[in-house]
Amino acid sequence: MNLLWPVFAREFRSYFATPLAFVFIVIFLFAMGAFTFYVGHFYDNGVADLSVFFGYHPWLYLFLVPALAMRLWAEERRSGTMELLLTLPVPLWVTVLGKFLAAWAFTGLALLLTFPIWLTVNYLGHPDNGVILASYVGSFLMAGAYLSIGACVSSATSNQVIAFIISVVVCFLFTISGAPLVLDAFRGWAPLPLVEAISSFSFLTHFAAITAGVIDLRDVVFFFSLIGLFLYANMLIVDLRKSG
Amino acid sequence: MIEIQNLTKRFGPVAAVTDLSLIVRPGEVLGFLGPNGAGKSTTMKMATGYLAPDQGSVRICGHDIVSDTIAAQKRLGYLPEGAPAYGEMTPRQFLHFITGIRELSGAAARTATERAIAGTELQGVLDQPIETLSKGFRRRVGLAQAILHDPDVLILDEPTDGLDPNQKHAVRGLIRGMAKDKTIIISTHLLEEVEAICTRAVIIDQGRIVADATPAALAGRTPSGRLDDIFRQLTTGDTVASGAAA
Repeated sequence: MNLLWPVFAREFRSYFATPLAFVFIVIFLFAMGAFTFYVGHFYDNGVADLSVFFGYHPWLYLFLVPALAMRLWAEERRSGTMELLLTLPVPLWVTVLGKFLAAWAFTGLALLLTFPIWLTVNYLGHPDNGVILASYVGSFLMAGAYLSIGACVSSATSNQVIAFIISVVVCFLFTISGAPLVLDAFRGWAPLPLVEAISSFSFLTHFAAITAGVIDLRDVVFFFSLIGLFLYANMLIVDLRKSG
Repeated sequence: MIEIQNLTKRFGPVAAVTDLSLIVRPGEVLGFLGPNGAGKSTTMKMATGYLAPDQGSVRICGHDIVSDTIAAQKRLGYLPEGAPAYGEMTPRQFLHFITGIRELSGAAARTATERAIAGTELQGVLDQPIETLSKGFRRRVGLAQAILHDPDVLILDEPTDGLDPNQKHAVRGLIRGMAKDKTIIISTHLLEEVEAICTRAVIIDQGRIVADATPAALAGRTPSGRLDDIFRQLTTGDTVASGAAA
């Protein structure tokens, strides 16, 4: 466990060693603002809440989070540091978790920096800050789930572009797994429980439940299970590739 | 102490290492020689836990690298091929990261870092990003990382590749200085290096050991008394005469 900190700290700092952190945060904040105010017509709605703002989170994460996650493992493979990392006396689960937590903390930081919009809505009216807090928690959990998918895909390739594209596709399927586009592919032949199971994987559904203001344990468990599952797969992939 | 037994690794149809057995004891500096693609790096990758062997076992100070990986890796310092390091970090940050991983802190971490920096003469470049350093300096950063925790076993893949003659001399001095109580394997293409620092030379070709003796004994096998002649003879089947003419 003592080793989680050095792994985490190295990974977290690596975002700031290049313009990556700056570019990501600026684009993230800009996109959040643009969608909320111009596409979502925040002012015209005349309602003092942030549901418009949070409604765009899944769609922004869909592209931004894989961009953040694609380098996690692919870059280590490409630059050869994978060999260094895996021959240092660190249990593999610690490396996997430490890298993931660093990326998640970075996403959390970007999310926190959206606080001016919270100030704005409080200046304009009297929003339910409990709902806003719940939505922030939900958004952070959802970002973690997207990241775990991205980390897992990244561990399977040394090509960051491939990691990005595949992550986006997988994340997209999870985002809309409750929508007809996905379900119709199964409805014709799969048994109903399976179709329902697939639709229950929808990030949109779980996130919408949280942004309604209720942090239901089931939604929290859903996101944490998904993170756990993909990080476990991430570990297996790294371990499998040791066999050459 | 490194105990390698019947180590075998195949990549698809290609046998990279075949039934390789080797025991290296403390105090020995083993020079691992062989043409490119002979299986030197593959053997080292398996000995350090980066690649899983198809068959056979490796024990580092009694710890099996596959079943007891972390304990084995704690006793081990490894310089991988090409000396990979995080390019955006400075040597100081990188070595700080390694002290964290090696669970050194406070005075122990400072002493270890200073010793590694002094040994590899990195003082002048401590605060420059590693990616901006010359090949020689990068190699020395990798070397500093490998010796940082004063390990019992050192496995160094081409430790002097890319160094100028003065740096080569310094690194060889460093290795010789550590040799007394450590078990060291170095791979190299430089036969003069084997003669300078190794107590034992192992030549491998196509994944198999073809010679294992002291450098002097090996060189003595040819009339010319030169190590490169015996190397060429064993790994290409050339006659000594044509080798000596080169």
